[in-house]
Amino acid sequence: MQIIESSKIYDVVIVGSGAGGGMATKVLADAGLKVAVVEAGPHFDPANPEQQTQLKWPYESPRRGANTQRVFGEFDMAYGGWELEGEPYTQVGDTQFDWYRSRMLGGRTNHWGRISLRFGPRDFKGKDRDGLGENWPIGYDDIKPYYDKVDQLIGVFGSKENLPNEPDGFFLPPPKPRLHELYYIKGAKKSNVKVIPSRLSILTKRINNDRGVCFYCGQCNRSCSVYADFSSGSCLIFPAQKSGGQVDLYVDSMVREVLVNEEGKATGVSYINKKDRTENKIMGKIVILAASACSSARILLNSKSKQHPNGLGNNSNMVGKYLHDSTGTDRMAFVPSLMNRKRYNEDGVGGMHIYSPWWLDNKKLDFPRGYHIEVWGGMGMPSYGTGFNVNDLNKYLGIKVGGYGNPLREDIQKFYGSVMGMSGRGEAIAREDNYCEIDPTKVDEFGIPVLRFNYKWSDFERNQARHMHNTFEEIIDNMGGVVLGSKPTEKENYGLLNPGRIIHEVGTTRMGTDPKKSVVNEFEQLHDVKNVFIVDAGPFVSQADKNPTWTILALAWRTSDYIIQELKKQNI
Amino acid sequence: MDRRESIKSLFLGSLIGGLALESCVGENQQELNTKIWEYQYGRTPKEKATDERILSESFFTSHELKSITVLGHLVLPPNENGNIEDAGVPEFIEFMAKDYPNFQDQIRGGLMNLDHDSNSLFGKRFILLTEEQQKSILDKIAFPDPELSGSEQTQPIQFFSLIKNLIMTGYFTSEIGIKELGYAGNIPNVWNGVPQHVLDDHGLEYDPEWIAKCIDQDKRNDTAEWDSEGNLIT
Repeated sequence: MQIIESSKIYDVVIVGSGAGGGMATKVLADAGLKVAVVEAGPHFDPANPEQQTQLKWPYESPRRGANTQRVFGEFDMAYGGWELEGEPYTQVGDTQFDWYRSRMLGGRTNHWGRISLRFGPRDFKGKDRDGLGENWPIGYDDIKPYYDKVDQLIGVFGSKENLPNEPDGFFLPPPKPRLHELYYIKGAKKSNVKVIPSRLSILTKRINNDRGVCFYCGQCNRSCSVYADFSSGSCLIFPAQKSGGQVDLYVDSMVREVLVNEEGKATGVSYINKKDRTENKIMGKIVILAASACSSARILLNSKSKQHPNGLGNNSNMVGKYLHDSTGTDRMAFVPSLMNRKRYNEDGVGGMHIYSPWWLDNKKLDFPRGYHIEVWGGMGMPSYGTGFNVNDLNKYLGIKVGGYGNPLREDIQKFYGSVMGMSGRGEAIAREDNYCEIDPTKVDEFGIPVLRFNYKWSDFERNQARHMHNTFEEIIDNMGGVVLGSKPTEKENYGLLNPGRIIHEVGTTRMGTDPKKSVVNEFEQLHDVKNVFIVDAGPFVSQADKNPTWTILALAWRTSDYIIQELKKQNI
Repeated sequence: MDRRESIKSLFLGSLIGGLALESCVGENQQELNTKIWEYQYGRTPKEKATDERILSESFFTSHELKSITVLGHLVLPPNENGNIEDAGVPEFIEFMAKDYPNFQDQIRGGLMNLDHDSNSLFGKRFILLTEEQQKSILDKIAFPDPELSGSEQTQPIQFFSLIKNLIMTGYFTSEIGIKELGYAGNIPNVWNGVPQHVLDDHGLEYDPEWIAKCIDQDKRNDTAEWDSEGNLIT
């Protein structure tokens, strides 16, 4: 088949339009560079009424919000999931990694939880503390100016707390806690678990005239039609276009590999146009991968040439290694004093108004790294599943479970808003033997070799999950609540969810000073090829007990500044 | 522009969507539903095609649908808000049986077995029984054994739990059901904390130090500015 080559040569070709790709697009287009953004999914704009799900009622859909079409429910704004038709992946032996992908402009930023935490000084130097994993080649002071800029450009609410490893930023004020959150605060205080206002990239206050202010529908996972939350399209790519940037969007375009010239330098990318199933090329002076940690590793490993027989940037054999996701486990509680609640609108922002950052010293514990606690609950919008097993909780009240007729109406009224939950999200240790690689036996529907995963949790993560459940139970008890479900056993990995389930996968192209032990340098530039950069979470050396997005954004900005400087010096 | 005005203007887009919907209300319900499903809830072309395929097929027989409706009225008897048919429950269950085919045998077989029991006991199919007779059958299948897990319950109990769950969720995700439950959200508003009388009921109060950090909603439309230390000054 003939490969179609565009005659246009871009300054930069960016693969992927999520947090990292969006930030690179914004900074480089604002600097006057000609940018191509190549996205595997369709165009998406949260303000497009044909795509909008925000403020829809469950009865506007025939399935009332059920998740048969979209895994987080059909109003969730991710065109994706852990399983995509035509895009398989495989596992080594009985290991299991669940790989979430969202195919649309803006990627996963359209539906994410907007939890926007900076990594702290300790998070960059974990090995110094416990000898595990590896230190980052940079420290907090290197990235701080970029976190500050990201805060002001995009907007994040939070509060100044002066905590040693939870750096403060340029915050918008947070919203007041909801009722169940006040219960949590009370319970957590009794156990000396720190609680502070959450830090989410949602505009509780105006930051400019292009974006609206939060109107408290609690639906950030549906992507905000007035752009009051952070999505890569609404906050980075569209503004870059609007301010006159030369940005060409190639949507429905699935990148296969990075192309190189005789000297082994990148010249562009080849991609499959999903609409007509042709293979095409886009040429550029610089290639930036921002396809997500695993997708970017896959592209590098599939970019084999005589100059790079082991895949691009893979002289070290490190591409795909040190894959790690946040740990996670959840627990639910029934709070009898939250029965028969008075009704009022407590949708609030999309997500929690409070959370617990890591509060203990790991030196005294049987696991090396921390976790934070997220809190959920309230009188949310009914959706598919509301009213299931409506009076199961009667068993805690000594009343009969089951039945039919009008008593069920009383039961649903009684229990509405009385169940809440907690989620622990922690740091795993990055290990060389947790990895993704190319499976030579399989291709996807576009003919691209697929990924094979090998990932196992260790006792570090299992012990941490056990600690999470002990903490949840103590807090629930303090709140006067009833812990639902039994404590997960050792056999059940203490409730630790499969790797990939928290959707914070990082580390596949980690940064470092030693080209034998890392894939990119501190500016996310391939050690082996000077004009290829990676601005997703692949370069993360460790994931911290935070969420990766704010750090992806700060690093992508730092890398983009470096690219502009290097271009001026004609080093690339 | 005052606060309320500016919220209104933010919402012009969705308000227009709402008005367009209302203008269709004169047409029959089926056409309205088709319009909503076709245009109004943000489907991708592929998802839309799936919805259209499912909506154009039928699964349950008219007897089965009648049985589901009768069961629906027993699970949630009509009240001043309306009934399960007003809430579109039978159509919802028909849709889900096609959208999630695992339900098909459980519901179809469960209904068949219900009719078998009705015939054995009273010589008639379930929908032809008196309400008293119907309830005497439900009394045997509506109370799961608390010692057993869901999948360990007998088939008639599992069947009734499933159909009851679908009836309940169908009703309480409908317009009348949501109103009955009293959910007060999904509208633009300004969250300013738990109402004082609710805090009082729960013996809780806001910590003044915490509240001092929170948003002053009168200033939500003032553009944010910070000093060099990151202190908000607007």
